[in-house]
Amino acid sequence: MALSQADVLAGIKEIVEEVAGIPAASIELDKNFTDDLEVDSLSMVEVVVACEERFGVKIPDEKVTDLATVGDAVNFIVNAAA
Amino acid sequence: MSKTIASKIGSESQILSVGSYRPKRLVLNEEVAVRIDSSDEWIQQRTGIESRRFADDSETVLDMATWAAEDALKKAKLAITDIDTVIVATITFPFQAPSAATAILQRLGHPKAAAFDINAACAGFSYGVSMAHDFIKAGTSKKVLVIGAEKISDFTDPDDRATAFIFADGAGAVVIAASDEAGIGPVEWGSDADNRDAIQMNPSWIEVRDVETQLTKAGSKWPNISQEGQKVFRWAVFSMSKAAIKALEAAGLTVNDIDAFIPHQANVRIIETMAKEMDMPESVIIADDIRKNGNTSAASIPLAMDALLQQHPELHGKLALLIGYGAGLVYAGQVVKLPPKP
Repeated sequence: MALSQADVLAGIKEIVEEVAGIPAASIELDKNFTDDLEVDSLSMVEVVVACEERFGVKIPDEKVTDLATVGDAVNFIVNAAA
Repeated sequence: MSKTIASKIGSESQILSVGSYRPKRLVLNEEVAVRIDSSDEWIQQRTGIESRRFADDSETVLDMATWAAEDALKKAKLAITDIDTVIVATITFPFQAPSAATAILQRLGHPKAAAFDINAACAGFSYGVSMAHDFIKAGTSKKVLVIGAEKISDFTDPDDRATAFIFADGAGAVVIAASDEAGIGPVEWGSDADNRDAIQMNPSWIEVRDVETQLTKAGSKWPNISQEGQKVFRWAVFSMSKAAIKALEAAGLTVNDIDAFIPHQANVRIIETMAKEMDMPESVIIADDIRKNGNTSAASIPLAMDALLQQHPELHGKLALLIGYGAGLVYAGQVVKLPPKP
């Protein structure tokens, strides 16, 4: 099922807010998970697993380190779901 | 004419007592943080660990295992001669052979019982409990001593930013005996062996020897423990919560029927996220011995059980869900009735 970038971004905002307690309003495509949003490595795993469940995609462990920004995650998920 | 082979039939089993030994030296985060350019806050935020215990030269893994066994026997009001089987779960006994289990028997003055060690890393204690239960059920054993003992500080690189602040030393033991009613539920166990590199002690002794004797230039070092944190966290939280639910189902129970949850004390974040994934009700008391005493691998569940019973004496005789998981990756979980008040 094709997902739009806007849908995925909205979903990731909800997930990051739920997992890491970061207000959705401060989550933008260019934000870096670690440096800007202070999502640590273990919270990142929770975000990834929640994204997998929500969007029906598989994000392998070795790909997680490549997802530096919110935009990286959105693009990966949109492509994986295409 | 061929004769048939006679067989035995055993009974259900239960945990009679739990004993422990904790090393004397309490090590605060500030001390381990220095060598890994970290801080108390950073360690607590990622693991929930505030302090851990490291054994010194007067506290070998064998000493700690023996003292924990003595504590468990005393609480069960039994002598070592009452024990017919000893199972030791450890990955840090520094001899290939003979086993730690036989050394403990000799030290305790009963060099007769069946005795062996098992390697299921941080899941070792739960594997041992399962085996003890099955031996009793099959009529092979009547009273089994299961010991989890580790001196992981001997196999940890204090400069490794992934492990130096996690692992700790200690030993715990239980006596498991035949009983009329089921005090130990069916085990839910298995592995994810494709991820056996996620936690390991490398190199092998052969490589260590070859470097020492200059036979090769393998560039080998001591087999310290290493861990891929994110991979282990994902497996521990999301696969182990499902395995724990299966262990409950195997016992005919749900999270609403248990009084305590005593998972392997790997990381507070893992424990809390697992409990959330399992929809654990607030009435269930969750062991968090790791906060003060670190991750003691195979010793963590009996140590946490003993600590929990001291903090909450009302839990004696109540139902607890145990789940061990670790290097392999391997896991085992079961529901147990906590031992009666000594």
